[in-house]
Order: sequence, then C-alpha cells, then structure tokens
Amino acid sequence: MKSKKLSIPYILWMLIFTMIPIVMIGVTAFKDKQGNFSLEPFAKAFGYTNVFMKSLWIALLSTLICLVLAYPLAYMLTRMRKSSQNTVQMILMIPMWMNFLLRIYAWMILLQKNGPLDTALSFLGIHGTYIGNTAAVVVGMVYEYLPFMVLPIYTVMSKIDGNLIEAAQDLGSNNAAVFKKVIFPLSIPGVISGITMVFVPSASTFLVSQYLGGTDDIMIGDVIDKIFWTDQSTGSAISLILMIFIFVFLVLMNLFGDEEAIA
Amino acid sequence: MQKKKLGIPSKIYIALIILFLYAPIIVMIFMSFNSGNTTVWKGFSMKWYGELFRSRTIMNALGNTLLVAVLASLLATVLGTTAAIGINNFRGKKRAIIQNVSNLPIISPDIVMGVSLMLLFSFLGVIFRFELGFGTVLISHICFCVPFVVLNVMPRLRRMDQSVYDAALDLGCNQWQAFWKVVIHELMPGIFSGMLMSFTYSLDDFVITHFTQGAKFNNLSTEIYSLLRRKIPPTINALSALLFLAIIIIMILINVYERRAEKRAAAIR
Repeated sequence: MKSKKLSIPYILWMLIFTMIPIVMIGVTAFKDKQGNFSLEPFAKAFGYTNVFMKSLWIALLSTLICLVLAYPLAYMLTRMRKSSQNTVQMILMIPMWMNFLLRIYAWMILLQKNGPLDTALSFLGIHGTYIGNTAAVVVGMVYEYLPFMVLPIYTVMSKIDGNLIEAAQDLGSNNAAVFKKVIFPLSIPGVISGITMVFVPSASTFLVSQYLGGTDDIMIGDVIDKIFWTDQSTGSAISLILMIFIFVFLVLMNLFGDEEAIA
Repeated sequence: MQKKKLGIPSKIYIALIILFLYAPIIVMIFMSFNSGNTTVWKGFSMKWYGELFRSRTIMNALGNTLLVAVLASLLATVLGTTAAIGINNFRGKKRAIIQNVSNLPIISPDIVMGVSLMLLFSFLGVIFRFELGFGTVLISHICFCVPFVVLNVMPRLRRMDQSVYDAALDLGCNQWQAFWKVVIHELMPGIFSGMLMSFTYSLDDFVITHFTQGAKFNNLSTEIYSLLRRKIPPTINALSALLFLAIIIIMILINVYERRAEKRAAAIR
C-alpha cells in the first residue's frame, strides 16, 4: 500500500508512449527531407497562417454560440424538479453517444441541396444553399460540442448552496439581483471549463470542415491530416505550433479561473 | 435553490435545443427506410438493413471496435489503478510532474497525439519489423484511456482511510487479502467509472485510430470514414438507426437500474 513501485509500469509506459512521441514531433519538425537540421518546415508551416487564423475564428465562433445557448439551458435545468433534471440531462446526452462521424454525416443529409431543410424552406419560398460554407461548419461544431458546454455549467450551478440564495433574498435582493450577485459569479468556473472543453477540440478537429464546409473553410487539423502522410516535417512543425498554442490557451484560462475564484 | 415551475418560454427553449440535437438523427433514421439510394423518397423498404448485415467489412469493423474497446478499457483499468495507488505515495514536485505528464494525452489535441504515435510506431516498425495494425491501435487506445482511470481513482484514494487497511492486517489478512478486500473494494466506484469512460471513448474514437491503424485494420469510425469518401451508401443510415436504438436501450436500462438503486437506498433509510 505504501509502495511507490506500483506506479513504475505506468511511468515507463508514459515515457515510451507519451514523452518520446512528443520529443519525436519536436525533432522531426526541425529536419529537412534529407534529415539535416533545418528551419524549412517552420517556414512552410507559416504558409498556413491563414488557415490557422480561420480555424481559430471558427472555434471562437462555435465556442461563443455554445456558451450563449448553453448558459440559459443550464440555468433552466437547475430550476426543474430533480427527477426531470435527470431525464432532460439524459435526453441531452444521448446524441453524444452516437458516433462522431455519423453525427456529422446526419448534418450532411439534413443540409444538402434538395435535402429536408432545403425542401421545407423552398416550400415557404426561401431558397439558398445551406452546406459548403462557414456557417455550416459552425453549426456542425456547435452540434458536436454543445453538451460539453452545458454539463460543466450545469454541474457548477446545481452545487450552489441554496442558503446563499435565500440569504440574498432575505437581505432584499430580487431575482435579477440574486442572479447577478450570487448565481452568475459562482457559475464562472463552470463557464471556464466549458469554454476549454469546447474551444480546444473545435480548434484542432478535422473532418467537420471537410464534410460541411466549402473549399476555403479548411481547418488546421485538415492540413495536418493531409500533409502528414507525405511531408512529416512540415506536419510536425504545424502540430508543434498547434500544441504550444493550446497549452498557452489552457494556462491563460487557468489563471483567469483562479483569479475569478479569489475575487 | 427554490424550485418554481418553468415558464412557457423556458419550456419552448428547452424543446428547441432538443429539436436541434435530434433533428439530424431523426432524418437519418427516416432515410434508412427509403428504398431509393439517394435522398429522394422512393417508398418504404428494409433492404438497406439486409445489406448492412451482409456487408462483411462493416461487420468486421464493428467486431474490431468492440474488441479494442473491451481490451483497451480492461488493460487501462489495471494499469491506471495500480499507477494511481503508486502515484498516491509520491509527494510534492515529483507527484505533480507525474500527474501532469499523465494528463498530457487528455489536454493535448487528439490529432497531435495521433500523429506523434504514428511517428513512434513507424519508427519502431522499421527497427522491429512490424506493421501498424490491431496492436498499435490497442496500445494507442490504452494511452488515452489510462489518464481517465487515474483521474477517477485518485480522489477515492485521497479520501480512503489508511487505518482500515491497517485494521485488516491486524485482523489477520495478509497484504494481498487486505489489498483486494479493502483497497480495491474502496476504490471500486472510481475504477468502474474510469473503465466506463475508457470504454466509451475507445468506442467513439476516430482520430487516434486513423493515424495508427495501418493499411489493413479498420474500426467502425475509420470504416465509416472510408465509406463516406466514396459515394454515400444508404447502409450508413441503417447503421446509424441501429446504433441509435442500441444507445437508447442502454440508456434506459442504466436509468432503470439507477432508479431501483435509489429506491433501495431510500427504503434502507
């Protein structure tokens, strides 16, 4: 029970399958085709700056929409009876259990030309294309990751001590004031982890944009996927930049979260 | 918090979100009964279900997915539980470093983990002459499963009372008996939820498998991926409908089980 030895297999495992692969990415990113040291992969990687910015934009937009949709939903959930809370929570979770690719594919069917949405809106006299643009990619992302925003906010909100709210009411706060002074500040940690859980995967995902977006909606994940099979060096350089960016983002979010907790 | 009945606007809002989440799936299920092979409705038919079960590649991929998920979650549970017990005995900086490295696969983007493992396996493959396939996929899945087990077991360990273990030893258990009957018993809820998380993540994984599968191995996700690259076969609709049905049944069973457990707990009280 007191033994540290039990962790040795896992420490070795992490060394081989976590640390060494990351070091290999770092090493490969500084090699040219002949295997000599070179900064060429990074020079090539910076050629994808536009794609990188577009990925961040799509991820940011998706995260914001998720937050706007999820926050009121989480709040409403906490106001329900406990048994209905569990039921609604389960209803929200079920689609998440579907295979990731099938969920995107479902949107392809729904949004395609002459598909259900197109047919329905044509009936009302509205014509347009709903697939092959940035909006479709964002809708796909929101669909994929919305529950990741709802759950942490809901969890934090449902743990808020009822006595705090009663105290606020006794001291003369109306509902709006209770929300502003008690519920909102205490829900911030949930919002932070929701933002992290939506932003990180949507910034680095691939396929969603390939299936739902147009040619200029390609994201950084798609570039890594496409390039890695032929040019590992440039692929590694882009992966390294993406990873560092994500880590910086996580550290910033953590700092922000801590400060909020103190205040 | 005081519970009031939700107003009509709130109810409409929740209903709209649920509609958003379910509309694509319902359309897909509806299309699975279409006798035509495009999205134009040509009449009711079950033929795509027949074709689905006759498709050897899809059935094979389904088998692979289940096999990898079962093995990866079991092995990750053993590795993760022992690791957590070991890590719990470290203090200070060392402990922080081990835990942070352990969390790396969770916080780094899937795609980066996928390509880094691919680099490792193709490098080792040249030296030890093996090809990427079932083995490399299994190892990769264990990689992203173990951290979930560690994260689920750790809080239980911290809450565990060391004196119960000592008491078992005083009462005549040998170390192994005390370990099994006291420690593992105490940790069981954490071990179980870690295993369940591992299993579901492994079932759903596409990205990691995509980069470590090699030329011949496919799980369900990568099989669907290669199907979608060609023209879209309506068998996928049938597959989705059946998976959805399976998920609903499992969820209802879990819910019924939990309700019963709650009732039993209430009766004891």
